[in-house]
Amino acid sequence: MVTEFFILLKQELVITAIVFLLLFLKLGKDRSNESVLTIVNVLLFVNLAAGFFGNQEGTIFNDMFRTNSLIVFEKNILNLAFWLISLQSYAWLRTHKHVIEFYLLLLTSLLGMFFMISSGNLLMFYLGLEMSTIPLAAAANFDLAKRQSSEAAMKLIISSAFSSGLLLFGISLVYGVSGTLLFNEIPAHLSADPLHILAFILFFSGIAFKISAVPFHLWTADVYEGAPVAVTSFLSVVSKGAVLFVLVPILYRAFQPLAGTWYNILFVLALATIIIGNLFAIRQNNLKRFLAFSSIAQVGFILVGVSAGSPAGMASVVFFILVYVFSNLAAFGVISLVSALAGKENVTDYKGFYTTNPFLSWILTIALFSLAGVPPAAGFFGKFFLLIAGAARGNYWLISIAALNMVVSFYYYLRVVKAIFMDSNEQPISRITVPVLPKLSLYICLVGIILTGLASFVYDYIYSLSYGL
Amino acid sequence: MSNYSYIVWIPLLPLLTFLLLGLFGRRYVKNFSGILGSASLLVSTVLSLLAARQYFLQDGQLNGVYQKIIAFKFTWLEFSPNVSIDISAVIDPISVMMLVVVTFVSLMVHVFSLGYMKGEERFATYYAYLGLFTFSMLGLVLSGNLFQIYMFWELVGVSSYLLIGYYYYKPSAVAASKKAFIVTRFADLGFLIGILVLAFYGQTLDISMLIERLTSTQSAEFTGITTAGFLGVSMLTWGLSLVFIGGAGKSAMFPLHIWLPDAMEGPTPVSALIHAATMVVAGVYLVARLFPIFSVDGVSLQLVTYVGAFSALLAAIIACTQTDIKRVLAYSTMSQIGYMMFALGVSKQGGESGLGYMASMFHLFTHAFFKSLLFLGAGAVIHLVHSNDMKDMGGLRKLMPVTHIAFLVGCLAIAGVPPFAGFFSKEEILLAAFHSNKLIFGVALFTAALTSFYMFRLYFSIFWNKEAAHHPHDHGEGTFSMKFPLVILAICAVVVGFVPFAHFVTSDGVALETHMDLGFSAVPVGLSLLAILLASVMYRVANDKPDKVAGTMGGLYKAASRKFYMDELYLFITKKIIFPLVGQPIAWIDKNIVDGLMNWLAAVTAKISELIKGLQSGKVQNYALYFFGGVAALGVLFIYIWK
Repeated sequence: MVTEFFILLKQELVITAIVFLLLFLKLGKDRSNESVLTIVNVLLFVNLAAGFFGNQEGTIFNDMFRTNSLIVFEKNILNLAFWLISLQSYAWLRTHKHVIEFYLLLLTSLLGMFFMISSGNLLMFYLGLEMSTIPLAAAANFDLAKRQSSEAAMKLIISSAFSSGLLLFGISLVYGVSGTLLFNEIPAHLSADPLHILAFILFFSGIAFKISAVPFHLWTADVYEGAPVAVTSFLSVVSKGAVLFVLVPILYRAFQPLAGTWYNILFVLALATIIIGNLFAIRQNNLKRFLAFSSIAQVGFILVGVSAGSPAGMASVVFFILVYVFSNLAAFGVISLVSALAGKENVTDYKGFYTTNPFLSWILTIALFSLAGVPPAAGFFGKFFLLIAGAARGNYWLISIAALNMVVSFYYYLRVVKAIFMDSNEQPISRITVPVLPKLSLYICLVGIILTGLASFVYDYIYSLSYGL
Repeated sequence: MSNYSYIVWIPLLPLLTFLLLGLFGRRYVKNFSGILGSASLLVSTVLSLLAARQYFLQDGQLNGVYQKIIAFKFTWLEFSPNVSIDISAVIDPISVMMLVVVTFVSLMVHVFSLGYMKGEERFATYYAYLGLFTFSMLGLVLSGNLFQIYMFWELVGVSSYLLIGYYYYKPSAVAASKKAFIVTRFADLGFLIGILVLAFYGQTLDISMLIERLTSTQSAEFTGITTAGFLGVSMLTWGLSLVFIGGAGKSAMFPLHIWLPDAMEGPTPVSALIHAATMVVAGVYLVARLFPIFSVDGVSLQLVTYVGAFSALLAAIIACTQTDIKRVLAYSTMSQIGYMMFALGVSKQGGESGLGYMASMFHLFTHAFFKSLLFLGAGAVIHLVHSNDMKDMGGLRKLMPVTHIAFLVGCLAIAGVPPFAGFFSKEEILLAAFHSNKLIFGVALFTAALTSFYMFRLYFSIFWNKEAAHHPHDHGEGTFSMKFPLVILAICAVVVGFVPFAHFVTSDGVALETHMDLGFSAVPVGLSLLAILLASVMYRVANDKPDKVAGTMGGLYKAASRKFYMDELYLFITKKIIFPLVGQPIAWIDKNIVDGLMNWLAAVTAKISELIKGLQSGKVQNYALYFFGGVAALGVLFIYIWK
């Protein structure tokens, strides 16, 4: 019994152990930032590697906590993403005064996400969600000298409060009508009754806020722009990914009786999200804002896959997020390096970037191509699977408009590529020496972008897991 | 069945060249890269010819029918138990024919570029791109799976983007490459949705299986796709029309042709490759690949026919008004591709009524030779004159005798003068159109005459017209490597028409007996000759050299002593009526309405984006308002309105 407990909670326990280790490190003698960062990155790698061994399926805490192969795989994706972000922020954290605190906050947030993904009960889900959000607001403030950073933190925490309020209201209504919070038991008590629908809408609005679906997306751009790049990438990749991972089983299982309603809601939100995200992205000059809006549009595509309501839908969502981790982090990685070492963040600053930094230019270009969905980059396969899974419902309007928007998105991704390669500039960003750790992460992303699409077993593996839901 | 596994090397060699030159070219093999690229393509070409010999002459047939042979195949991705994505190489008449065409033309372009691109700083990069382009097209040709076609289709798009934008320091080249990429991608989207529709109803991505399922009226898949509909049109028509939109984008059919003239910004040999053998014929090839399915759906076939015929006519009219020699050739390509399209459109599957299919492929085959010849010839001219404009040319026949003769052969071939290659294929197309649709036949005939006119207008303006201006950097006609491909292609443009094409490539693999009908041929050939005559009267000599008119052809008019009036009449009809009343308005519509519509779409998108920017005010209280407003809206919508 006790061993089972340890095995099922293994990934959470490893993170907790790292948190404590870091606390001791903080209490001990002063170390240079470099050595702290090296230790942390090694620990995070160990954490990632540990996720691949000795896993078991099962439930504990009276079905409140559950785990299975798919959930383990999802947690591994998040571990990988976090490790990559950590490698990339090396250049920025090297001179920061509060390195250990930064990691403590993000690790706590990650721990919250793990509990959220593993939840089998709405209360557990809510606890995990809050645990993952609050430390992030503090982390958003970590560019201590910049007022924008504080503003971002403030906006994040206040808007989160709105969403949590609604979410909690929704959960309490669900409890009111069904008398239970367990995913397994809720469906028996739900029907397409107005009160039940209202409960669902409130609950779903809270989720939509976290994944920044339109019209709950407005906080995204300001927070992404103001927060340090590391936090922005964490928000846009890890945080969104975690909520989407848990959204799918909640919709497919707990809210199964309302499937007709949530399909319609997803239909409306997916379209609005794709279109609005794209329209805003077209005009952005700041690259972080640009990626914020483009990532809003990406979420719209993910919702198309979610709407499928089938194992193929689940698999396409997980696969896309894996691809998205590589593509988006490659883009953010380059941007964070340039932002930390050259202080430039605008598209116009990148004119002539290729002449001085060919390596970074190629990485950014390939990442953008993958985000835009150009074959043979992995992003193309990701979008293809999302659309084909969504198409199985036979709603051609949704698929057509989504596909049309792929072309629009193509335009703005290409705009950045054009600035990098084709526009001339008197004073391009000077040559940047990329430190070893960020370089490592960029290479990993590059390999990921190329291989996850072409190596078919990745998708096959995820698909085989998805029957387990 | 004998072993065809060696054909894998045909696409792989250019790919290897691309990798090698792309990775090491600039540093290690800079000057050697052209030779390397050409050599590897030479091997590919030889292999293609061997494959063609083996397939057509030795073991391709079984009981008189050419078989479809899978040279190799492996399952790459299993999307669901029914739908898997394979990588395969399929050998059948059209793919073997295309292998020969693509490798041969590409080889000629490679060799020609040795001289033409000499001294360019990114010489190795250029050859790397050429390798990638050739590889993509070869992969596309061999695909036996719709998804594989799509992958290579996109690769063709990417590599053409790279090549059109090769002179990346020229803003016009950058704009052109972007335009080509975005317009064709827009069309590719239709293709992608079309694939999804066909795959969804056919439950497979494999082309042979798809054809089998969607053409037999008994199969469940066929019933499914014909009974399901969207906006009152059956899903079969939707799927095929969407696929055709993809093809029309790559093949520059109206109204998706707007990228083609701009794409002339790339190096001229690249235009030869794009126009003769790779990108623009990809659309025709796609329709031909799926032709059995198209042939059961009358509606989408009509779409192919009318779009093809209209594009052919439109492009021919526009070509008459252009003065940039590459643009004339670009519109002529569009016009000829239109020919191939409507030839497919008027065809049926199998037997005698499959004449259009055979004719279309035949024209694709001959066109590849004479069009690459014309483009390379134009390249040689531009190389000498350093200008694309006809006004800067004239009288070049003495300066560049080889190019002159080669170009003349190309013009005669495209004009359809016997015994040059274009004559044979064009006759078949006209015959096919005549038997199926008189309106299309009329359009085709008129277009044929126009073609002769504008091609000879081009020819006379370049090589005759006036005395050659003194060209300061007079480096003669170009190197041997530039003249050699011209000679080879000129020979081809004469002889390939005699290939007994109907024996090899037909819609159902059974040899088709064709016979030349002299009575039928008289009309189009006569019209062509008349048009050439007209062009010669108008353009052969400039006005300040009236005595030259007394030469060969002009004598006819002098003898009739009506020369002056005829001249005036022709001039009046063309300059005062055809140009301003027909040609220019069409060019204007093309430029302002068709192009304008695209620009308008872009402007509207930007405008809307500007308008809604106000939402993003930066104030949290506003965000909260939208947030709760969104919840309320969802609540009202889904509880009261849309239950």
